[in-house]
Amino acid sequence: MNQLDNLTVAQAHQLLKKREVSSTDLTSAYIERVEKLESHVQALVTRTAEVAMQQAARADERIARGDIQPLTGIPGIIKDVICTKGIRTTCSSKMLENFIPPYNAAVIERLQAAGMVMMGKANMDEFAMGSSNENSAFFPTRNPWDITRVPGGSSGGSAASVAAGEALYSLGSDTGGSIRLPASFCNLVGLKPTYGRVSRYGLVAFASSLDQIGPFARTVTDTALVFSTIAGYDERDSTSVNIEADNFTSCLDGDIRGMKIGVPGEYFVEGMQPGVKKAVEDAINKLEELGAVVDRSVSLPSTPYALAVYYILAPSEASANLARYDGVKYGYVYPDSENMWEVMEKTREFGFGPEVKRRIMLGTYALSAGYYDAYYLKAQKVRTIICREFSGAFEKYDALVTPTAPCIAFKMGEKLDDPLQMYLTDVCTLPVNIAGIPAISIPAGFSEGMPVGLQIMAKPFDEKTLFKIGYAYEQATDWHKHMPALA
Amino acid sequence: MKLNREEVLHIARLARVGLTEDEIDTFSIQLSNILENFEVLNQIDTAGIPPTAQPNMLNTVIKDDLVKPSLEREDALANAPSRDGEFIKIRPVLEK
Repeated sequence: MNQLDNLTVAQAHQLLKKREVSSTDLTSAYIERVEKLESHVQALVTRTAEVAMQQAARADERIARGDIQPLTGIPGIIKDVICTKGIRTTCSSKMLENFIPPYNAAVIERLQAAGMVMMGKANMDEFAMGSSNENSAFFPTRNPWDITRVPGGSSGGSAASVAAGEALYSLGSDTGGSIRLPASFCNLVGLKPTYGRVSRYGLVAFASSLDQIGPFARTVTDTALVFSTIAGYDERDSTSVNIEADNFTSCLDGDIRGMKIGVPGEYFVEGMQPGVKKAVEDAINKLEELGAVVDRSVSLPSTPYALAVYYILAPSEASANLARYDGVKYGYVYPDSENMWEVMEKTREFGFGPEVKRRIMLGTYALSAGYYDAYYLKAQKVRTIICREFSGAFEKYDALVTPTAPCIAFKMGEKLDDPLQMYLTDVCTLPVNIAGIPAISIPAGFSEGMPVGLQIMAKPFDEKTLFKIGYAYEQATDWHKHMPALA
Repeated sequence: MKLNREEVLHIARLARVGLTEDEIDTFSIQLSNILENFEVLNQIDTAGIPPTAQPNMLNTVIKDDLVKPSLEREDALANAPSRDGEFIKIRPVLEK
């Protein structure tokens, strides 16, 4: 094993800072790993080795001048829903297979200013719609822990690539669990920031009131470092909140004595796998051992309605957002007709895959005349109730902890023919997006040899509490040190 | 709520999404199942509850009307499927 394999961001930063290794060496080593591992995990839609080497050379020049930030010169991977100037951004859709953005997303600007090295663009469920990565129009990404299983979705490529050690961190996007679910399935830390914390400028829109960009990494510290780099106000996103985005690593002291943690019973859903339940209960006991005051009798009674609320609101917003794909300005166009309406319908028939069409249909229905009040407006009102329950809970507790998912990574193909079963995978993560609060998934053990995630939620803009609790747990356990045999 | 074939075709038309014969049948069953699941929301009393459109309760953000450079024309047109000089070329909108 190479000494540069499976480093954390923090470790690599130390090596670069002490000039024990150059970014060029580090990047070359990880390009080799990508070449070796990609045939197994299939995490990347586009590899950007050439760009990575140029960025590494620039990082080395910076470091030589003594100008080094936590991510300078460190290889990362970007979900292919985030616009990268001059590098195709496909959303794993035939619709955008050849789309080359004319500008960078805000998070890319921030990462580039910090000296990023981009290894590639990660595969995903088409337009971020899915929980398994099997909805990619190109190929399914595999779970490095067992390549017959899914990595979770929709940011499956972002998770699988870091779990396999193709890069040290990655960015994903989370609309209903798309960062936390794959983090849980792949033994990574994954953060869904507070709505408004990270600019959505240049993030291809799925459901605009729910979408947030966030990081994946192997440790809580690394996750906090990436988050510190991408968080912050941006006037180009009118839902970006102008609130101080300070250094998120100062809270990592391992001391959670006296912190009040609630466990909402509704998240231990019927049909939850016993091995997952056991691991999560053990993790909660560990937090108690570490001095947290745990209340296991919390109730958030409207939790069971979150699934219906989400699958009305997200497809409704998606049906509006995806109206832009009409074969006129960019993207795929159906070539064999001169009739405008036929071109538009055929463009969308062949450009979109089945899940995207299903959600556009669902959203169009929920917004259509005669059904708007019964579905869309009703869901928005229940959304208010869910938000109020969370606000009430955070008056009493510093954080809530739950399972990230009711199951371990499932077999490829297992849920593909039953959309409702697939949607149920996200039952523990959806409420967080509905309420706009931050949540993190951290490695919390194994069941049947596959990783299990613990989800921690906090009040809006209190990501520090997530890092603090996550870090204390991580220091007291070694789950995050387990690596898949493949890596 | 059951969606029949005609309703599926009506929604597809509203969304301007073409569907294959197979998709019409599959969507009719799958969308009916999903909509049936949504009926749980009828159990919850929302009288007097205002809707939430987005969670961080921001007021409408108003920006100053500043004149500044935008995308270069060539960059903006670079991804257009069909072009005629500096125009995007589309199929006729008005029929003869």
